[in-house]
Amino acid sequence: MTALLMPQSIPHLIRTRDLTKTYQVGDNQIKALAGVSVDIEQGEFTAVMGPSGSGKSTFMNMLGCLDRPTSGEYLLGSRRVSTLAGDELAQVRNSNIGFVFQTFNLLARTAAVENVELPLVYAGVPRAERRLRALEMLAKVGLAERANHQPAQLSGGQQQRVAIARALVTRPLLILADEPTGALDSRTSLEIMALLQELNQGGMSVVLVTHEAEVARFARRVLRFRDGQLVEDQVNTAPGDARAMLHAEALAA
Amino acid sequence: MNLLGLLRVAMRALAVNKLRSLLTMLGIIIGVAAVIVMIAVGAGAQKRVEEQIRSLGSNLLLILSGTTTSGGVRMGFGSSQTISEDDAAAIWREIPETMAAPALRGTSQLIWGNTNWSTVIFGVTPEYIDVRQWELAAGRIFDAADVAGATKVCLVGQTVARQLFGGADPLGQVIRVRRVPFTVIGVLESKGQSMMGSDQDDLVLMPISTARNRVLGTGNLAKQRSVGTIWVKVAEGTNMKAAEEQVRALLRQRHRLQPGQDDDFSLRNLEEVAATQEASSRVLALLLAAVASVSLVVGGIGIMNIMLVSVTERTREIGLRMAVGARTRDILGQFLVEAVTLSLIGGLAGIAIGIATAVGIAEIAGWRIVLSPESVLLAVAFAFAIGVFFGFYPARKAARLNPVEALRFE
Repeated sequence: MTALLMPQSIPHLIRTRDLTKTYQVGDNQIKALAGVSVDIEQGEFTAVMGPSGSGKSTFMNMLGCLDRPTSGEYLLGSRRVSTLAGDELAQVRNSNIGFVFQTFNLLARTAAVENVELPLVYAGVPRAERRLRALEMLAKVGLAERANHQPAQLSGGQQQRVAIARALVTRPLLILADEPTGALDSRTSLEIMALLQELNQGGMSVVLVTHEAEVARFARRVLRFRDGQLVEDQVNTAPGDARAMLHAEALAA
Repeated sequence: MNLLGLLRVAMRALAVNKLRSLLTMLGIIIGVAAVIVMIAVGAGAQKRVEEQIRSLGSNLLLILSGTTTSGGVRMGFGSSQTISEDDAAAIWREIPETMAAPALRGTSQLIWGNTNWSTVIFGVTPEYIDVRQWELAAGRIFDAADVAGATKVCLVGQTVARQLFGGADPLGQVIRVRRVPFTVIGVLESKGQSMMGSDQDDLVLMPISTARNRVLGTGNLAKQRSVGTIWVKVAEGTNMKAAEEQVRALLRQRHRLQPGQDDDFSLRNLEEVAATQEASSRVLALLLAAVASVSLVVGGIGIMNIMLVSVTERTREIGLRMAVGARTRDILGQFLVEAVTLSLIGGLAGIAIGIATAVGIAEIAGWRIVLSPESVLLAVAFAFAIGVFFGFYPARKAARLNPVEALRFE
């Protein structure tokens, strides 16, 4: 009785329990994930690190609801998504997760604003509202005046900003960024990290997958993977401030 | 995503590879155009057969003079004059539902002024006009009195009128047939070509008595009452088969044929002949359409081929769309609409080209064509069905991609 009267604890943003993923390659079973249990809270900026083959990509696919675990449990918000399939997962991705990819993955020959609109199209948002929200997000990433440019007419950094606007447009629970600076030069990388940090300071949860310590240092928490297992869960007490570093660089130049 | 949105995405995707889209459509364009042309030509041929049947006259029986056997050699029909004007009169008298018209046939040279023309002469009774459904373009027909008195009057067909008189009015002119002067009292309406392709308008009709006595009568023919053919028109609504049997029985009785003995005449139901021709022309039209639709199927395979290429090329796009929330049916719909758009645009272009070609054939080759809205609708429906059928497999392949692998695809 008393338990019910107790204040309900705020659910974790992400809770995984004993998450495993096994691939069958020929006669061999490959364990890409060997039982990962981790909690991530609302508003955290988390980096997932590890060498290739460590299972961090598989882990990211699980978090992004792109793939289903072989066993274990995954709760996103208060929803148990590890048992969902197909179109239900698509719906979860659409409304809860904003993806940012290393190669941007923008639709070619399609205006920036229309690229940003894409998730809203699948959410069934009416045309006029779609356009309004997309323009708002482009303004937020500083590309208001580039709304009608096609990806080929934009620089790499600008393309990644469009992709971030696209990730934000559905007001998701978290941004899942897979090597977002992998295809960018160091200065543009800093700009993108500054943008992600600003979004995080605004309350957006960010999960960043990277193999570069250089990038991971901007996160306040670092998860290290090796051989399909979470081997280190470290809090970064003094994360880098990308905006301040940009300023410093500008002054030095 | 709604249909309009899918259509917009499809149009954009097709516009990216304009040449490829056009070449892909080409199969459907050719297929649809071929189907339209073939149906138009087939229906035209059928229509012509129908008109020829009508020009023949409906509910007709044709009695031809029978065969003779001389010394074991069987001669063809008409080699012996076994039927006569009396047979015709008897049929008319004994079988109330019929009207019988005997006809004597021969060829002769016609002379008018300084022109001349060789044509077919028919010696007939006034009923012949009615039985064969000839219409008069001008003048009058001869009557029973003309037949009784063997007057020297005649009617000419359109071809004769044109060839012999040129621009002059044939009515009242006197032409000479085997040195006998005939007054032209009427001109027949045109009937055009017969089913066999001969000119039905190249003829002269005159009273059977005059023809026998003055023009065609040589030797025995003048003395006898025999004729080459008797046309029997059976009243509307009468059972043709029963009428045929009645006529046959009557003639056998008049010719004193024993049971078991062969007919000495030939009795043909022209509608059966016509129906057979009509059926064969319909089969031909169907065959043409079937052959043409093979090219439609080939066009469909072309669409499937290009859609499969397109799905592979756009694997990453599909992966991204899935990542941002596209469901199976969204991806399926996108590629299906793209395939159907290809086939429908191709279909519409094919209809335009098909109609233009059919009209061109009618103009240049002079063939009869019939363009029907049904054939156009059929072509559109077919193009749509091809798009759905051949677009489904590539679309399903796209929709079944694994998002993780699709995103990683290089």
